[in-house]
Amino acid sequence: MATKKMAIIATKGALDMAYPPLILASTAAALGWEVQIFFTFYGLQLLRKDLSGIAISPLANPAMPMPVPMPVVVSVLPGMQAMATSMMKSKMKKKGVASLAELRSLCQEADVKLIACQMTVDLFEFSKDDFIDGIEYGGAATFLKFAGETDVCLFI
Amino acid sequence: MNFDKEFDASGLSCPLPIVKTKKSLADMASGQVLRVIATDPGSVSDMAAFAEQTGHALLGSGEEGGKYVFFLKKA
Repeated sequence: MATKKMAIIATKGALDMAYPPLILASTAAALGWEVQIFFTFYGLQLLRKDLSGIAISPLANPAMPMPVPMPVVVSVLPGMQAMATSMMKSKMKKKGVASLAELRSLCQEADVKLIACQMTVDLFEFSKDDFIDGIEYGGAATFLKFAGETDVCLFI
Repeated sequence: MNFDKEFDASGLSCPLPIVKTKKSLADMASGQVLRVIATDPGSVSDMAAFAEQTGHALLGSGEEGGKYVFFLKKA
């Protein structure tokens, strides 16, 4: 049986959108698949050494469960995003959901190739020192070369 | 059922039971049996999918005291 392959483009840097690429990549690697994730635009946040700034906002997020019903106008108040983020993180911990840092290191241990989009690294003026070690840098052609051979290709 | 090693994934959520089962199998010899305990209800279908795709045999599974138990024979 040929090794299955999966390519993911990770474009979002919010807490809820940060999970799916790392969950699918670590799981696929556990199944013996060859996996690459291409991080672009806000997805680059997932490659930063410090992941503590990754947050979730109740604003314009009507499906987010809140302990009490909350008018939209309240969710713009200072501190609401920090509160929602801290509530979500503590709930995740209680439910045994891995942290982003743990999932990311599981991906690296399992040889998932993590590629930072060079164009958006330059656009946001990141330096290589902002990112974890062991990642690669490339562009659209780099991604498509692998994506063209995959069984599963996702844009997240 | 006899087993050579046990991995307790109680309290862990997707994808950790699967990812860490894979890691637990890594230092085992072919033919050895790993017993996995999990509390994540999703692990029931996930463990079957894991076994099918990796070639490790799912010798048995069931519920014990409110937990899910799996026996995997390393390929």
